[in-house]
Amino acid sequence: MGREITNSAAAANQKQQSTTSYTVEQLVAVNPYNPDILPDLENYVNEQVEPDRMSTKIVARILIKALMAIPAPDFSLCLFLIPERVQMEEQFKTLIVLSHYLETARFRQFWDEAAKSRHILEVVPGFEQAIQAYAVHVLSLTYQKVARSVLAESINIEGPALDKFVEHHVANSGWAIEKSQTKGQLIILPPTEFNHPELKKSASDGIAFENITRILPILG
Amino acid sequence: MAVTPSYEAEQPAAGESASTGYDPNYVPDSVKSFVVHMYRHIREKNVYEIHQMYETSFQSISERLFKDSPWPSVDAVASYVDNDHVFCLLYREMWYRHLYARLSPTPKQRIDSWDNYCSLFQVVLHGVVNMQLPNQWLWDMVDEFVYQFQSFCQYRAKMKSKTEQEIALLRQYDQAWNVYGVLNFLQALVEKSMIIQILEQEKEGLEQFTATDGYDYSGGSNVLKVLGYFSMIGLLRVHCLLGDYHTALKCIVPIDITQQGVYTSVIGSHITTIYHYGFANLMLRRYVEAIREFNKILLYIFKTKQYHQKSPQYEQILKKNEQMYALLAVSLSLCPQVKLVEETVNSQLREKYGEKMSRMQGYDDDAFTLYDELFSYACPKFITPSSPSYEETLVNYNQDAYRLQLKLFLYEVKQQQLLSGVRTFLKVYSTISLGKLAAYMEVDEPTLRTILMTYKHKTHSVDSDGKITSNADLDFYVDDDMIHVTESKPAKRYGDYFMRQIVKLEGIMTDIDRIKLE
Repeated sequence: MGREITNSAAAANQKQQSTTSYTVEQLVAVNPYNPDILPDLENYVNEQVEPDRMSTKIVARILIKALMAIPAPDFSLCLFLIPERVQMEEQFKTLIVLSHYLETARFRQFWDEAAKSRHILEVVPGFEQAIQAYAVHVLSLTYQKVARSVLAESINIEGPALDKFVEHHVANSGWAIEKSQTKGQLIILPPTEFNHPELKKSASDGIAFENITRILPILG
Repeated sequence: MAVTPSYEAEQPAAGESASTGYDPNYVPDSVKSFVVHMYRHIREKNVYEIHQMYETSFQSISERLFKDSPWPSVDAVASYVDNDHVFCLLYREMWYRHLYARLSPTPKQRIDSWDNYCSLFQVVLHGVVNMQLPNQWLWDMVDEFVYQFQSFCQYRAKMKSKTEQEIALLRQYDQAWNVYGVLNFLQALVEKSMIIQILEQEKEGLEQFTATDGYDYSGGSNVLKVLGYFSMIGLLRVHCLLGDYHTALKCIVPIDITQQGVYTSVIGSHITTIYHYGFANLMLRRYVEAIREFNKILLYIFKTKQYHQKSPQYEQILKKNEQMYALLAVSLSLCPQVKLVEETVNSQLREKYGEKMSRMQGYDDDAFTLYDELFSYACPKFITPSSPSYEETLVNYNQDAYRLQLKLFLYEVKQQQLLSGVRTFLKVYSTISLGKLAAYMEVDEPTLRTILMTYKHKTHSVDSDGKITSNADLDFYVDDDMIHVTESKPAKRYGDYFMRQIVKLEGIMTDIDRIKLE
């Protein structure tokens, strides 16, 4: 009795396994990145009896895409699923280092290392832009006004290209420019609750409604 | 009104003691009585009586007669219950659960138990059961199913001491406790029961589920629906064991954990849900969410654990309670937002981990040892789901999964190392120039900039919808080269305080009134 059922479960698994490898390949080819990829990565990893034979290329693409999702923790989520042995491979070690630089906002070191690893990263289009978006995100959390040089270093753009970049954000993202004799160009970033504390909504002394109901009978 | 069976009064006959050898075919009278009455109650859908027998009678008979031996085999009792196929599956389920709890299952028994779950779930999935079973039992089925899966993975991964026979057995039954099999069953129960749709429709008043605690009062069965419901929590747990926290949280989305629900109708399910929910959020760096939920459940356990002292789940409740205090200590060390923690819970926390928590703020080797210790104590028993390679030299790889999760967790802690230094200074200054702060922290300005940005990045988490929330107790903004610290006064909980005093005063006045009347 047990055997029949386990056989049909086995048949289902076989089918699942072949569709899974197809799906993972497909998924990495398709933009944009979606964290729903993770169960498939999980499956992909699970089915590898010999994890060393796991396709490095596919996993590398998934990791790069996950890295591009920063500040979302998708890269960590992937690492949780990949066996330690596999993480030791050169390609993955490089990606882990790149992730570390981004997590600790070491943009200069990041772009230096990324330049050396262009051959790994160029497989996924849009990588640079995704990281630049992250850099802008972190700057926007931190600064009300930031020096042009700091911006330049974090997004790895200089000169006329940087001018174009800034102009684009002035036109579309609410940036402004302040010119100073002594300090050069200052970029004014859009005000949010994260860089302007006065915009933060206060919820500290709220009382939950169900607690009030306790005393309503008393209040009459 | 059901007559309470009299088997409770029976004493074990001489020679019935387990240590003199187990005879699977010997059925003591108390067991015969138990199965006959249980069978009748199930047929008559007397949920209350089933619950009593399941919770209490089964435990007391086990305690008296089967302290360290299995219950009689299902074949021996089948004749007392008309050889009912479904009852036999249920009996076997309890039989194996008892075995796992009191003894050590043999490899073959592990595989046979898997077969039994397959049969039982197949029967339920085919929609042919017309029973009403207590939620406690249905929860235990799912919980035990996942537990036995976890136990099997741990067992299988210890390859070093395996005999030829054991390896042959594992190879022959390689589908038993296969990770896909487990996930498929749980997923199938969720889908076939349509529980997600039921919960959705309940919000619009088109269905009744939570209101009846999942029970069916129109003559139907609660089994598939409630198993489907609990399977969502089963999936949460399995994905956590596999290290897939994102998927784990997605599985639990249909359940609103800010409200009561069927998941709170059984304490075991309530605790399991919140423990794994909190843990997954911790690994996803959503510290505020983790702290909130741990706080709520720890307060709940504090207030209600006395009512569960006699229950077989009591030990588990206490264990999980301790583990969640450890996780709370870790979460608060990474995200110091004490105002999120209720007074009672906070004082318990101080008692258990006060000293360790202050050491953890140091971010030195001593601190990392403590993070390691608490994480290792409190984390789930992670598993490696893949089968071993039988060709290579046999190694034990049962610790691999845990080691990876620990390593990545400590890696994250290390990245947050610099934040502690910054916090100390931010507490003291309302404004300070980058140059000055850099000098105090003995770093150069570019490095300080990276530290400040890291602080911002790490204290602003991204939820599953991409929304950014600040976890920061202490915040700042930078105006070119000037740091402005945001004053955040700790919220004095005036509201809470007044509420308590109002209720207390009312109580006193009522007491005084009573005196007058007498």
